[in-house]
Amino acid sequence: MSLSIKDDEIDIVIGALRPDLTSFMNEWRTIFSRFHLIIVKDPDLKEELKIPEGFNLDVYKKPDIDRVVGTSTSTIFSGYSCRYFGYLVSRKKYIISVDDDCYPAKDNKGILVDAVAQHITNLTTPATPFFFNTLYDPFTEGADFVRGYPFSLRSGVQCALSCGLWLNLADYDAPTQALKPEERNSRYVDAVLTVPARTLMPISGINIAFNREVIGPALLPSLRLGGEGKFRWETMEDIWSGMCVKVVCDHLGHGVKTGMPYVWRNDRGDAIASLRKEWEGVKLMEEVVPFFQSVRLSREAKTTEDCVAEVANVVKEQLGSKDPMFARAAKAMVDWVKLWKSVGSST
Amino acid sequence: MAEPATATQAAAPVVALLKNELDIVIPTIRNLDFLEMWRPFFQPYHLIIVQDGDPSKTIKVPEGFDYELYNRNDINRILGPKASCISFKDSACRCFGYMVSKKKYIFTIDDDCFVAKDPSGKAINALEQHIKNLLSPSTPFFFNTLYDPFREGADFVRGYPFSLREGVPTAASHGLWLNIPDYDAPTQLVKPLERNTRYVDAVLTIPKGTLFPMCGMNLAFNRELIGPAMYFGLMGDGQPIGRYDDMWAGWCTKVICDHLGLGVKTGLPYIFHSKASNPFVNLRKEYKGIYWQEEIIPFFQQAVLPKDCTTVQKCYIELAKQVKEKLSKVDPYFDKLADAMVTWIEAWDELNPTGPVPNGKAA
Repeated sequence: MSLSIKDDEIDIVIGALRPDLTSFMNEWRTIFSRFHLIIVKDPDLKEELKIPEGFNLDVYKKPDIDRVVGTSTSTIFSGYSCRYFGYLVSRKKYIISVDDDCYPAKDNKGILVDAVAQHITNLTTPATPFFFNTLYDPFTEGADFVRGYPFSLRSGVQCALSCGLWLNLADYDAPTQALKPEERNSRYVDAVLTVPARTLMPISGINIAFNREVIGPALLPSLRLGGEGKFRWETMEDIWSGMCVKVVCDHLGHGVKTGMPYVWRNDRGDAIASLRKEWEGVKLMEEVVPFFQSVRLSREAKTTEDCVAEVANVVKEQLGSKDPMFARAAKAMVDWVKLWKSVGSST
Repeated sequence: MAEPATATQAAAPVVALLKNELDIVIPTIRNLDFLEMWRPFFQPYHLIIVQDGDPSKTIKVPEGFDYELYNRNDINRILGPKASCISFKDSACRCFGYMVSKKKYIFTIDDDCFVAKDPSGKAINALEQHIKNLLSPSTPFFFNTLYDPFREGADFVRGYPFSLREGVPTAASHGLWLNIPDYDAPTQLVKPLERNTRYVDAVLTIPKGTLFPMCGMNLAFNRELIGPAMYFGLMGDGQPIGRYDDMWAGWCTKVICDHLGLGVKTGLPYIFHSKASNPFVNLRKEYKGIYWQEEIIPFFQQAVLPKDCTTVQKCYIELAKQVKEKLSKVDPYFDKLADAMVTWIEAWDELNPTGPVPNGKAA
């Protein structure tokens, strides 16, 4: 059922927060080498990047980022947000992005998971957000819509975002991982499912893919914690961006899928150290979730850019006064839309 | 290729959870041979057999099971004129079993469902998994990407607000099927050989505001929390529709659960579904339903229950009112169904006169 996608419609964007990408690139070689890669170096990273030979790639470092967006703007791409620069300059239809501490996983049969192929399958088969299918993705081999599923809803909608999962180190927050320091995710759930319309979820940036043509502008660097660090436990930028994306997708009638593919996420960092350093993100979600659940976009918002601008406005009005971080996030969203229009749009 | 389990004895539980608090309701028209395979898992529990079809036929229950059996004569005797709400010649009659039960939990299973094997080859104790699902909270307000956070080896992911981590009580647990999947007739006709061999190792809460097709083949629920909503409608003999009994109950149940702040889970456990019913017979039964569901679904998606509906019965009566108002124009059947929904609640309250049961908070 999926369309046949040419390799040159895909960009793989990697945010490099660590300098030595040798083992990362070598582990992914059989899966990545067919595609063009965009590697964006965290502008705060001082050491030189080490990248093995044999890939078709473009590397962007601080000077490149400064040149494209200006030195004052380039600060928005610090840390994990460096990947958004890659999304901005890409000209491909599909983008796949994994963290640089993730490796290919093995499925229940011991076979290496081609995360790129699975993300592309997810993005090129319809999503079904308006009614839940109890056998999960009906477009998967060996599955279908179940009895009771209305026929008028069976053609589905375009899938704009594919959210993958993680074996080994799951994407827990610091308190959760600190409480269960030995817990690792060993459960491989053989499913992809559509996240229902108007249902929100924490969209992790660790392993995602999206249709850049459809929702590119909605994945954005905007919320930055005061103490944001270089471990996922110390960030919320992707969670915030993901809430925006889901609200926009729901409004425009696009689908979001979650589930496979899995990647293997390496042990890194110390949850307790991160916990001592940063509670902010955890507290924030208490405001952020009810806020996004209440956002309703206007009928006039028909493009992704318009939707993002409207969300930014609501953020400013309703959350801006509660914490300057939200006011800054709203401004960052408005700036991003402008940046996308000038730099991100295809010429 | 999926196969049913054979070594069920080895997997029998040491402790039968909720032994005195759960009834197993089984509708049958033929025989109960399938119970032999389930014996190690089911024997500690009380069974309620609802015999459909000819009441003069004797249904033999395998030795050693503790059970009560009701045929059509019993249903007529117990309910009198209200028996009109219980379907005849359709497994929808099973909901009579829910009504006469005195237990807190119900597990219902079809007589062509056998013990399945998990990927390691181990026999699956479906009842045990349903109980685990019902005894742990649901999380309908925000989706957890690692599925049920209360399962061993899982938890809430980064970004999940702590204030939502307590969850809400679970009202229903919807299990799945290996081998013959629960497809409608058109799909069965197009794919007669398709078998479900995918074991998806997940339980998840169906989010608030999202409807789903609830299959009654492998289902458990908290009777005290949601029992009166589990009316399986007017199907079978003398009715224009069949094979929509569980669907109807599922849509009503979900709307009410969403309103009262209760959760519905789906996923594990799997059973092995052995019998594919005749797709041509199914098509005739479902035919009207396939058209009507195009109207029914938007009706349920837009249904709003007033704040003063604080019990399941009140919610259900209100839904019946709305069905009469909005769906009668689709077909006079819905007018009859709305009346039957009210009769059901009256019968439920008569047989269960303990007064309003504690529910979740109304939304």
